[in-house]
Amino acid sequence: MINDIWILATASLVAAACALVGVFLILRRQALMGDAISHSVLLGIVLAYLITDSRALPIMLGGAVIIGLLTAWLSDTLNRVGKLQSDASIGIVFTLFFAIGVILISLYAGQIDLDQECVLYGEIAFIPFDTLHIGGGGNLNDGFEIGPRAFWAIAVVFIIVLISIIVAFNRLQTVAFHPKLALSLGINIVFWHYFLMTLVSMTTVASFDAVGAILVVALLVIPASSAYLIAKSLKTMLWFAVGYSQASVAIGYTLAYQLDSSISASIAVSAGVLLFLTIAILQVQKWRQRHKKEILNSHHKYNRL
Amino acid sequence: MKQTNPKKSTPPLSVSNLSMRYHHKPVLTDVSFEIPEGKTIAIVGPNGAGKSTLLKGIMGLEPIMDGEARFFGEPLTHKRLAIAYVPQREEIDWDFPINVFDVVLMGRHGQLKLWQRPSKIDKEIAQHALEDLGMWDYKDRQISELSGGQQQRVFLARALAQKARLYLMDEPFAGVDVSTEKTIIELFKTLKTQGKTIVCVHHDLNTVGEYFDWIIFINARLIAAGPVEQVLTKENLNKTYGGRLSLLNDLTETMYRTQLNKAHDGD
Repeated sequence: MINDIWILATASLVAAACALVGVFLILRRQALMGDAISHSVLLGIVLAYLITDSRALPIMLGGAVIIGLLTAWLSDTLNRVGKLQSDASIGIVFTLFFAIGVILISLYAGQIDLDQECVLYGEIAFIPFDTLHIGGGGNLNDGFEIGPRAFWAIAVVFIIVLISIIVAFNRLQTVAFHPKLALSLGINIVFWHYFLMTLVSMTTVASFDAVGAILVVALLVIPASSAYLIAKSLKTMLWFAVGYSQASVAIGYTLAYQLDSSISASIAVSAGVLLFLTIAILQVQKWRQRHKKEILNSHHKYNRL
Repeated sequence: MKQTNPKKSTPPLSVSNLSMRYHHKPVLTDVSFEIPEGKTIAIVGPNGAGKSTLLKGIMGLEPIMDGEARFFGEPLTHKRLAIAYVPQREEIDWDFPINVFDVVLMGRHGQLKLWQRPSKIDKEIAQHALEDLGMWDYKDRQISELSGGQQQRVFLARALAQKARLYLMDEPFAGVDVSTEKTIIELFKTLKTQGKTIVCVHHDLNTVGEYFDWIIFINARLIAAGPVEQVLTKENLNKTYGGRLSLLNDLTETMYRTQLNKAHDGD
């Protein structure tokens, strides 16, 4: 029972953090960059671990952010200097980084407790078995247990994301709306681009254990896209995105429980189903409005006759 | 205080030897001009002449290959907030989830620190700007729900809220309705009485003589720059739009008509 609560709490925070960051990726038309960073941070984690021999959260986040920013910068450079199309550049860089990460994992398999399957798909059901301890002098089984590592990782990142958005709301809004206008107001748009990429890197790395590299993209893109369809302001879009993400977690978790299947995959499927439902409802509304107008018009014609 | 009257002696915008290229192709070569304060100035030229590019180069939005632009005698970075830029309507994401009032408030963001929220005064300034353009009733609308003319007014209100001294506008009259066009002309008049300077990329030769005090003719290089009555000549039109004979006839007629209108105005 307590394990279920940890799993749900972790999934809920992962989904919320991804939804918030995803809103800005969608508005800036950089969903592909989210995909890229979520894969290439793997290399960051592996390198950070191999160099420092530590799994401490700040080191993991640091490694991920460095490689995440490198992905964004290198893609941009390939695009500008190499004259390659921007989506091709992104595809080249992140697959390269991800592949190097996979090779390193298989080379040092004995030293890294990451297996390739877990990297790709994650396994949120195993989260409660990897716990954090306070005190006990670093010995894993001593000290006071405070809950799963993955939960605390995403909790810290969620708070960073939330504070960033609250403090820098106006800047993020202006830069997303019209980068050139922001530039004309003296806003450093390059800084804000890499700032967003930092948030994406931290969010994806903290979501890794829970949902893996592939499904984190679903959580970055889908709830934010659903919200985009119905929101009339940035604030409501952020709220709607979080709402959609939490609904996906609730439905997905129930579904996984019923079908005894993967929790993260069920959450992603639920998010997709909610998106299609939203589109369907919007279409029906549109059709109804048009229908109403047509009826009104025909009445007018009839009355005139 | 070396200069006794810096406002008079330093032009709001002076461009010297500006060259720009796009994908290795030269777009603008060696453009130099200075404009007077408190006037309306049109940048005129055929399609692809580099009018928008010139505006973007001046604003630092696209890279300059050579030359420089100075604002009130200083580089752009010192005077950013004194210059309000109005982008072309097509360059704006009208599906972005934002309402009219928040767009206009963006005009105040340059003055605010990162953590600061718009104050009551900022909101009052934004409200006045919207009222000046007759858009206050639409303040809660999402921008996608507006007509083309209304969208243009919102962006002009945003520029107005910035309380700038120099306004750079990219085709503000393109695709707007008659009443919006009138509103913009009224706005120009008000701004001029406050001593502000307005530079517009303009494509309609029928109205250029009527709406503007000054013209800068551009076609990959500077053709002419000066007061309308001096530079709106057949020769300059010929040089700017050269080779397009059928068009040229229209232009000559247009020019004739504009001068006729001016003469009538003088009555």
